[in-house]
Amino acid sequence: MPQTPQLILDSIAFERDDCLLFSGICLSLESGDVLQIEGPNGVGKTTLLRILSTALMPTAGKLLWQGSDVARHRQLYLQNLLFLGHLPGLKQSLSPTENLVWWRRIHRDHSPLKNEEILGSLGLCGYEDIPCYALSAGQQRRAVLARLLVTEAPLWILDEPFTAIDKQGVADLEALLIAHARRGGMAVLSTHQDLGIANVRRFPLVASAEAV
Amino acid sequence: MGYGFVAILRRDLLLAFRNRGEIANPVIFFFIVVTLIPLGLTPEASRLAEIAPGILWVMALLASLLSVEGLFHSDYRDGTLEQLVISPQPLYLMVLAKILAHWLITGLPLTLLAPLLGMMLSLPTAGYLPLVLGLLMGTAVLSLLGAIGAGLTVALRKGGLLLSLIVMPLYMPVLIFGASAVQRSVDGFSVQGPLAVMGALLAFSLLIAPFATAGALRVSMHG
Repeated sequence: MPQTPQLILDSIAFERDDCLLFSGICLSLESGDVLQIEGPNGVGKTTLLRILSTALMPTAGKLLWQGSDVARHRQLYLQNLLFLGHLPGLKQSLSPTENLVWWRRIHRDHSPLKNEEILGSLGLCGYEDIPCYALSAGQQRRAVLARLLVTEAPLWILDEPFTAIDKQGVADLEALLIAHARRGGMAVLSTHQDLGIANVRRFPLVASAEAV
Repeated sequence: MGYGFVAILRRDLLLAFRNRGEIANPVIFFFIVVTLIPLGLTPEASRLAEIAPGILWVMALLASLLSVEGLFHSDYRDGTLEQLVISPQPLYLMVLAKILAHWLITGLPLTLLAPLLGMMLSLPTAGYLPLVLGLLMGTAVLSLLGAIGAGLTVALRKGGLLLSLIVMPLYMPVLIFGASAVQRSVDGFSVQGPLAVMGALLAFSLLIAPFATAGALRVSMHG
């Protein structure tokens, strides 16, 4: 039995400074899908992901979440969404624990997982209470990825999640994505890396030939 | 509903505590300028007392303007603002929490410091109560109105000047009624009028400013 798509992108276009970045993007995501957005630098991967996160409005086209227009039912969509952009809001003068606690409060997370366990499982054992500015880029990225372990949102939107993390970290994140997909979750991510995940769908983003 | 509010308030106060030096800037500015006035103008008590209400209020206003520029800056730079705009919590409450935190770390210390500085400027005794009451409400209005300008200019690279231009006209009534309350009290008149106007300004900006700021932030984020 074919699944009903959860998220539909209906001919999304984006124009910036009178220049058409991309247009006519149609995609649909079903439960268990992992979608990789590919394309050269500057083609608009981050922009597309930010449109999916509703941080940017598309110039044309619309997003449908479970059949309802996201522009109209934004709250419902946002409750089901986790977005990690290039700059994911990690406070440099706070420790990974404090950052995670803040994020859990904002998202009303009541899961019984302890902060130390979450950060420990990401290899930040012993670094929980050190201010983030003293951590390496990879460790900071791991402190951000801790959010993936506490969220219940079915839709993950990750912009370059593999930046700065080591091989073990990449494997851990891939395992997280696989587990998320098995639970029926969905993920959209942009990366230049070849993923070690079976059944990953790829979407090559191409620059719009038409310049207005 | 209140989750976002409490979370933001607690985090902003914690951040302020971590960056104590930066946060103390406006208060130290206020202190230094008022200390310099008697040295630069005249140490004569009667002449200082004449200008004290105006000086104290102008300096409190400038100190507040100085600090409001950074209200959303660091959150914008590290992506926190984006996370707030797309979080399922109401942006109105989260903005209100940020403004409240800002007032607690600038407006409130300025208010508490003002009587001491009034003493240095030989402010007559009758002026202290209206000064503190006026600043207590007035600095809150300044934080609220300043947030609108900060929200509008957050995405600009050098928004400082524009922020001043946007916010200054809105600050005028606060300055006029705040300083006149102190002056009237010193001159022996009733201060109920100007303080009531200040209260009305506070109620009005409390209602409107977080909405306007939330809207301004959305505009700034959408580029």
